[in-house]
Amino acid sequence: MNLTRDPLIPMVAQVTDIRADTPDVKTFRVVGLDGKKPMEHIPGQCAMLSMPGVGEALFSITSSPTNEDYLEFSIKKCGCVTNWLHAIEPGQQLTLRGPYGNGFPVDTDFLGKDLLFIAGGIGLAPLRSVINYVRHYRERYGSVDIVYGARSKEDLVDYQEILTQWCREDGIHVHLTIDNPQPDWEGHVGFVPNYVKELAFDTGKTVVMCGPPIMIKFTLAGLEELGFRRDQVYTTFELKMKCALGKCGRCNIGDKYVCKDGPVFRLDQMTQLPDEY
Amino acid sequence: MKTWKLSTLDALFAAIAGKQTLYIPADVAGQPVFARWEPGLAMTRALNTGRSAKDLFFPQVEDLARFRVAGKTVSVSPAQALQEPFVIFGVRACDCRSFDILDSVFLAEPADTFYQARREQATVVTLACSQPEETCFCTSLGIDPQAPGGDVSCWMAEDTLYLQANTEKGEALLASLPRLEDGEKPDADSSVFDKLPLKDLDFSAFSGKALMDWFNSPVWERLSQSCLGCGSCTFVCPTCQCYDVRDFDTGHGVQRYRCWDSCMYSDFTMMAHGTNRPTQKERFRQRFMHKLVYHPNNHGGQIGCVGCGRCLQKCPISMNIVKVANALKEGKA
Ligand code: SF4
Ligand code: SF4
Ligand code: FES
Repeated sequence: MNLTRDPLIPMVAQVTDIRADTPDVKTFRVVGLDGKKPMEHIPGQCAMLSMPGVGEALFSITSSPTNEDYLEFSIKKCGCVTNWLHAIEPGQQLTLRGPYGNGFPVDTDFLGKDLLFIAGGIGLAPLRSVINYVRHYRERYGSVDIVYGARSKEDLVDYQEILTQWCREDGIHVHLTIDNPQPDWEGHVGFVPNYVKELAFDTGKTVVMCGPPIMIKFTLAGLEELGFRRDQVYTTFELKMKCALGKCGRCNIGDKYVCKDGPVFRLDQMTQLPDEY
Repeated sequence: MKTWKLSTLDALFAAIAGKQTLYIPADVAGQPVFARWEPGLAMTRALNTGRSAKDLFFPQVEDLARFRVAGKTVSVSPAQALQEPFVIFGVRACDCRSFDILDSVFLAEPADTFYQARREQATVVTLACSQPEETCFCTSLGIDPQAPGGDVSCWMAEDTLYLQANTEKGEALLASLPRLEDGEKPDADSSVFDKLPLKDLDFSAFSGKALMDWFNSPVWERLSQSCLGCGSCTFVCPTCQCYDVRDFDTGHGVQRYRCWDSCMYSDFTMMAHGTNRPTQKERFRQRFMHKLVYHPNNHGGQIGCVGCGRCLQKCPISMNIVKVANALKEGKA
């Protein structure tokens, strides 16, 4: 007799706080029904959230594992499940399963490295988990540079946390950019790939990148021009997922399943895989 | 080895069905399928079922959980995995091998408990082939259709059914049956398999060469051109295992179920902002790359096809894995 709960069966969890970050991104705080953090995770891992009758979708966990009280998800409104999430109020229950995927090698390959984070738009969500983990264990890593771009100032996710915390810490250099000039913006204007090239970073850094595929492709080309190798660059991929267990057959890039073998890949691993993402 | 008179096969089925549910290949509404045996149901004369035996382990539609939603609260009750033992009789060697391929996916950690329960509850009784179809090519995949495996292997010769237990479960099944006699089956004639047109296909090349060479082959454009994206090939295939998870509002709650899906469908990888396989060429390529290259790469060289020939018989445009494999090896646009 098999009494193990199937990995497709979620647990019930509760949203305790909702923060509007940008016009189309909200950050949801999630705890178990016992009020505690529902699972442990590695930065870069994901979890399935669902509302029965609406659907289930995979989101990266935005909070750092060092946060002991709750999980956070920064979610952009762009489909069925996300539209529902954007309409709910605190106290709403939903279902949760996970964590899924490999996560970033924060306790191995990243140790002692100078880190360069590059994010576009909602791509900051998975990186925020790593950045806050690195800030927590600051002495384990070298310098930290963060290049972050969005359409406008209003579209920068976690703008307040960036200004009041990240920007003020020693050894952390934040480089923000927006696509078009704005009257109340004195920072850089331009697309992320170009900005990265202008900043001409030291090629000894380990790069952690997340954003739309087009941004990844152009930024990678720029980094290679600067002299970075692909094996220094990590990114996460997002494809349609149903099971997150490597079984429903949906999320593969070549012979790798993004849900199970990813979502984090080192870009030299991708050269032997099809461009299907 | 045990024997049973074929003229009283019905009595054998009745003896098995007296203790547990029994499925046999039978004609239902004119189609050979695995059906629950009841008195009077006879075995089909067809060599194999139109739909494969995977239905019994990975049904086309299967409940996962039921949810109740009230105000802001949600509760879950998981569906029960199968608890009763059953016997599936008359599985051909190709379909029996397909269970190994499904196992390598569904039983990999974390195991799919619904599939696992069915596998544990099942006793698989296979049946050797003696009159293959021209579309059969299991021998090209290292399968011996005259030594079909499973928990019990069976052979039919003249007026006798020969039964050989291969596992403890098989032993237990045979021990539970009355009136089995001892006997030895006559040597089978395998010459008919040597004459099959597709007996000499070589699939070993695909996991040998770099994945990207096959992926970038010029043949995909031409081969996929007339594919209708109907998904028939994936539904009849015993090794195709892709599924979707969906919710259905019953009016008294929400039923979450999984159902077969097909990589041949345009919405298979569709997301809010588009799909990474925009044309039938990419979807077609995915199906065959998965069987010939990706699956073997991930599972110690095991090809994701068992040579059952169903896709050769059912595809409305006569496209199939044999044509694809041959074209890939030729490499001509
Ligand atoms: S690919 Fe075709 S021949 Fe091979 S197992 Fe599937 S249906 Fe049978
Ligand atoms: S290959 Fe044939 S059976 Fe498969 S989807 Fe295309 S047309 Fe349908
Ligand atoms: S989401 Fe099902 S295989 Fe990756």
